[in-house]
Amino acid sequence: MTIESLPPGSSPPGSSPPGSWPDGDAHRTDVPVLEVDDLTVTFTRRGEQATRAVDGISFSVTPGETIGLVGESGCGKSVTSLAVMGLLPRRGVRIGGSVRFDGQELVGADQRRLRALRGADMAMVFQDPLSSLNPVVPIGTQVTEVLLEHRGMSRREAADEATRLLDRVGIPDPTRRLKEYPHQLSGGMRQRALIAMALACSPRLLIADEPTTALDVTIQAQILELLRELVVDSGTALVMITHDLGVVAGLCDRVHVMYAGKIIETADRHELFARPRQPYTGGLLASVPRLDAGRGVPLTPIRGSARDAIPWAEGCAFAPRCDNAQDDCLTEVAGSTVPLEYDGPGRELRCRHPLEHPSVGAGATAAGAAR
Amino acid sequence: MTAPDRPLLRVEDLQVHFPIKRGVFFDRTVGHVRAVDGVSLSIDRGTTYGLVGESGCGKSTLGRAVLRLVEPTAGRVEFDGTDVAALGGETLRRMRRRMQMVFQDPLGSLDPRQDVESLLSEPLRAHGLGGGKAGIAARIRELLDAVGLPAAALRRYPHEFSGGQRQRIGIARAIALEPDLLIADEPVSALDVSVQAQVVNLLEEIQERLGLTYLVIAHDLAVVRHISDVVGVMYLGSLVEQAPSDVLYDEPLHPYTRALMSAVPVPDPVVEERRERILLAGDLPSPADPPSGCRFHTRCPWRQETRCADEAPVLRELAPGHLVSCHWAEEIRDGVLRPRSPEEALHATAPSAEGPRPVEEDDGIFLGRDRPVPRQEQA
Ligand SMILES: Nc1ncnc2c1ncn2[C@@H]1O[C@H](COP(=O)(O)OP(=O)(O)O)[C@@H](O)[C@H]1O
Ligand SMILES: Nc1ncnc2c1ncn2[C@@H]1O[C@H](COP(=O)(O)OP(=O)(O)O)[C@@H](O)[C@H]1O
Ligand code: SF4
Ligand code: SF4
Ligand SMILES: [Mg+2]
Ligand SMILES: [Mg+2]
Repeated sequence: MTIESLPPGSSPPGSSPPGSWPDGDAHRTDVPVLEVDDLTVTFTRRGEQATRAVDGISFSVTPGETIGLVGESGCGKSVTSLAVMGLLPRRGVRIGGSVRFDGQELVGADQRRLRALRGADMAMVFQDPLSSLNPVVPIGTQVTEVLLEHRGMSRREAADEATRLLDRVGIPDPTRRLKEYPHQLSGGMRQRALIAMALACSPRLLIADEPTTALDVTIQAQILELLRELVVDSGTALVMITHDLGVVAGLCDRVHVMYAGKIIETADRHELFARPRQPYTGGLLASVPRLDAGRGVPLTPIRGSARDAIPWAEGCAFAPRCDNAQDDCLTEVAGSTVPLEYDGPGRELRCRHPLEHPSVGAGATAAGAAR
Repeated sequence: MTAPDRPLLRVEDLQVHFPIKRGVFFDRTVGHVRAVDGVSLSIDRGTTYGLVGESGCGKSTLGRAVLRLVEPTAGRVEFDGTDVAALGGETLRRMRRRMQMVFQDPLGSLDPRQDVESLLSEPLRAHGLGGGKAGIAARIRELLDAVGLPAAALRRYPHEFSGGQRQRIGIARAIALEPDLLIADEPVSALDVSVQAQVVNLLEEIQERLGLTYLVIAHDLAVVRHISDVVGVMYLGSLVEQAPSDVLYDEPLHPYTRALMSAVPVPDPVVEERRERILLAGDLPSPADPPSGCRFHTRCPWRQETRCADEAPVLRELAPGHLVSCHWAEEIRDGVLRPRSPEEALHATAPSAEGPRPVEEDDGIFLGRDRPVPRQEQA
């Protein structure tokens, strides 16, 4: 077997430290549950200039695998996930490319089929659970409805199963909680209720869009643990969307870093954190203070903000903030925009002058590499 | 007169209780939210004190009470040797000038109808500073320069700026009056990571240049560790641990601090795989009805049968500058006591002799230490 033909999620010998997650290995196959191919989303609001929020994104997830989509606010993470779930409004939005679930095309599929899939096979958890829970319906009814509709249970069975699910996600006194309305629960509790609904049909794909961003770290730890369990126990394919590199480091097998609507770097998480190649990835890692770094270890910010991105048609969108930028990062010089290319086994990179890592070999730390 | 070795700020047994009103006219007080419930701390000149804790533990209320934006229920705030509560009118106004605040959301704290020039000149005018038109203009340019904004920013309005730039405007406004103390309440939590670092660096640079004293309030422990000399950890209105930054992170002694730190994800997969997490049970109990004894006992993986549920621990100094409020801190430090496993926690009997105390938000199931994930050798 050549290195290139290794299944996704496994690492080529010697390239990363041993001990990748065993999570979900029992459920793993090479056959993707979800394949996103050259997805574009353009907002065409009347009277306004069309904006391309997602600009040719491709990725796939296999059962029992967790992939991460990371990037700063506005880079297109949520729009990507909504497009995958078929939750974007039809009006004023143009979707291109392909989203295949189990090989079936979802782009342009009719709403009824999407709705059936969404309930049963694919689920989504949002940052703000309030927005996805019905405020005037008790939690219990919302969970049992999912069970009635998608698992064909009787009312009685569904009620028992709902209690079991709430208990499983760590909601105390589930029988009482089932009768309560979303606003009566704390933020962490609501998020758990939402995850319970997602679990209700053991989805094959779960998209979690910043599920812990609004929560305290101790609650975040509980929720992340739940997600890990879901992946291990049910072999669910998880797409974790977050801006938090720490969450990615602890949860995701493979990571896609996004900037201005495009993927700019893809790598196995060990590779990405030890040897970031895209200056933006390196910049992000050098920007975050680490809990395990001493006081006074300087932070090296990226200059400017995501607002400074230039259109990809004019060159690398990151160029105005990039320390490695040279003339050929712009299209006038290079002829076409910077492509996403093969950059070693399991890696892809969109950059003309990537960061070099002379100290190749295990043990190079991200901080050392990025600074 | 200033005494350089006297702490700039001293807070003693500060309490802020908010009445909970019920009834048709909200005229019945049915209880109190004990937002801050007996906090003492002091901050030396030119240093940074970081205050961490989960949302709702009273951090912002403490900051506001220091500035007297909210009246303390009891206790004392002493700024540069003066009891702030004793001040009124002009003296309070002058004292406020020396204490400024930076907020999480600069948009919410900046008047959207004022351009940057007017936002920055307003405080100068209000305090009769800057010395005339030309003086004010010069001072504003100096301020912009200090926070790294171009002169072109003067004619623009808050909404035209990115979050990071708005925070720079907020900081410029806060330092316009040359304060001694800056209270920054979640100054970077609304910002993107790459921009967070810019603002953190800016705060540090300005502190060094102007010799400022900081009280930085944040829920992000990594940010606080990075920026602070001394860190205080709050839980349900009280300080549970305080230590020099590196000491606290190297050897946290209070069970809550330990749990908090074990929960913070580190952007390094190697560290993430090795670390052990101490998962806590459930959510924060209500500050209107805090648990008896040690307030953390309903979630504490180290909870003991005696003392924890019925005797309130006091903040004790275990090592120079390292204060902990836990009955069992020594035993925990020395490894004599171990956190209970989830199984033990589930079957543990009620700790109090008076019988179990019903706790609203207690889950039970996450209590104790997370089992380490078994590793498989890579084929
Ligand atoms: N309904 C919409 N109409 C127009 N533009 C939108 C809409 N939703 C999102 N966008 C734009 O698409 C881009 C990506 O947004 P989003 O996916 O929400 O970013 P992220 O989740 O990464 O923070 C942003 O520039 C945003 O302004
Ligand atoms: N003005 C107020 N009236 C009533 N309760 C308040 C008020 N301000 C804060 N609280 C309550 O006090 C507690 C502490 O709040 P806060 O100081 O904002 O916490 P933190 O900043 O740590 O998140 C919370 O329970 C909050 O609901
Ligand atoms: S392509 Fe050029 S501008 Fe873009 S990240 Fe690479 S070096 Fe920087
Ligand atoms: S006093 Fe008891 S309950 Fe409180 S932190 Fe210490 S061990 Fe835990
Ligand atoms: Mg989003
Ligand atoms: Mg606050």
